[in-house]
Amino acid sequence: MALFIVVVLLLPIFAPSFYTYVFALVMVNGLLAMSLNLVLGYGGLYQFHHGVFYGIGAYAIALILTKSPVPWWLAFIAAPIIAALFGLVIGWICIRSTQLYFGMLQISLGSLVWIITSRWYDFTGGDNGINNIPMPSFLTSGKEIYYFILAVLAISIAVMYRVVKSPFGATLQAIRDNPQRCEAIGVNVRHHQLIAIVIASFFAGVAGVLYVGLERSVFPDMLFWVLSLEVFVMCLLGGWFTFAGPLVGAGIIVILRTFVSIYTEYWTMIEGIILILLIFFLPQGVVGFALGRVGRKAQAAEETVQVSERGAKV
Amino acid sequence: MAFGQDLVGAVTSQLLVGLSRAMILFVVSAGLSFVLGVLRVPNIAHGSLYMIGAFAAFTITALFGQALPGFWLALILAPLAVAVVGLILERALLSHLYQREHLMLILFTFGIMLILNDLVKIGWGAEYRSIVPPDNLTGSLTIGDLPLPRYNLFLLIVGPIVAVAMWLFVNRTRIGKISRAAAVDREMVGVLGINVSWVFAAAFVIGCFLAGLGGALIAPTTSITLGMDRTVIMDTFLIVTIGGLGNIWGALIGSLIFGLTQSLGLLLWPQFAVVFPYAAVVLVLLARPKGLLRSVW
Repeated sequence: MALFIVVVLLLPIFAPSFYTYVFALVMVNGLLAMSLNLVLGYGGLYQFHHGVFYGIGAYAIALILTKSPVPWWLAFIAAPIIAALFGLVIGWICIRSTQLYFGMLQISLGSLVWIITSRWYDFTGGDNGINNIPMPSFLTSGKEIYYFILAVLAISIAVMYRVVKSPFGATLQAIRDNPQRCEAIGVNVRHHQLIAIVIASFFAGVAGVLYVGLERSVFPDMLFWVLSLEVFVMCLLGGWFTFAGPLVGAGIIVILRTFVSIYTEYWTMIEGIILILLIFFLPQGVVGFALGRVGRKAQAAEETVQVSERGAKV
Repeated sequence: MAFGQDLVGAVTSQLLVGLSRAMILFVVSAGLSFVLGVLRVPNIAHGSLYMIGAFAAFTITALFGQALPGFWLALILAPLAVAVVGLILERALLSHLYQREHLMLILFTFGIMLILNDLVKIGWGAEYRSIVPPDNLTGSLTIGDLPLPRYNLFLLIVGPIVAVAMWLFVNRTRIGKISRAAAVDREMVGVLGINVSWVFAAAFVIGCFLAGLGGALIAPTTSITLGMDRTVIMDTFLIVTIGGLGNIWGALIGSLIFGLTQSLGLLLWPQFAVVFPYAAVVLVLLARPKGLLRSVW
């Protein structure tokens, strides 16, 4: 673990810039997947169109930096907040429904955002997206952006970890496991779910901002449902009942996609095969499987029980 | 007066376009809805099967000639080919997963979609393809002063035929009745000594047949290309949701809403015509979160 942290810290110094870029992309996708897992794994909500908040964060910063005189630092803060506001509105509408209907309502609202973005040429650039987004002078080289992404990711992970381990996080997991019972003992279920959606869309927006920092462009496909399901795959691959699982899943998917695409144009087929093998043989994900193997399964189960009990008391 | 006539003409032709688009959407979403109702499987790969139907129709018309036998053969053989693909998928993979939660089933069918996408790329390439319908379906029929495209009128006949056929199948045949019963209570059907597994296979194959039929029907009106699966699956899922999951008549109403809002929206605000159906879906779901008609779930 310590070795891994040293490698991550020193990577841009000894590795070629291409590897630095790939690893930065892993961190961006990892943050996106972890933010989805807040509502999916911990909240048990069918957040089918999480990618839309990622896209909104990216478009928000792109539009602010290209079309307004607002200073860059304000744009970096404003974009995730705009994503969180969309999360508030879309979430407020969606939590009226549950399960599959929740997911479908979210897909229809997300599609609305997607279709407007891809048609509004005067404002969003339509299908062409926005390119050559200006970045502040200290974020121009690959090395600088790598460390920026690493720092933001570390802070985000720390905050998300606090959220999960807080009484709020415990209540959220209790709602996931037994919503009726929580309702019965006076927990405001929808209120908690809505807050979780807002927090998750905020961090999805942060991931969108980091993506723009890395790529300096945005395009409407970031808001399309296919991307959202790919984030789902990252969560499943890593294990969606574990905190770090989605980060690992994102790492595996992004690295495989990058290197497989060098040799073949049929990456999506390989992704599909991996997904089906996972569902058949490893539904608990890589991290979930590893935790099970080192015998922490019993401990984890105990922890879940404690969490549910704590949640029940809140 | 002239302006008024123009408007009537424009509205009528857009109505026809919207209705015929709604008919194709209905054929596809009826299949999706049937599978959702009976198997409880949200089949993301349904759009890929529709795309395969369109490509298969292209190949069949290319083999048998654009003119008479080709297109009609394609309308029968392409959906059958897709149904065979569906049967293989169901027996080999899906039938082992019915006990899993919806999230896993969605991800599983998403995986199938990714694989089928690349298989179509390998089989047919990434170029745009198109087919021409037979002579008696091209051109337009003039009623009054209005030229009405024959192919759109043909679709207006096909849609209701499919609806009636589905109704007869579900209500008048033994296997249809069993599948309806399985949609309500699958354990009970099993207890009665009926092989539920084969009922599910049959229901899935029928759903795939309808996806293939939709693909073959749309083939002459559009360019057949990779990626046509991605929008159609989103649209048909929304249609099925606003209609009420698993309700075939709901799929019909949802398709009409979807097709007509887009084509009439084109008269109001051309640039954002495609936005109207999605806005309509949101409004319907706000008013009735569980869809317009009773869901079988």
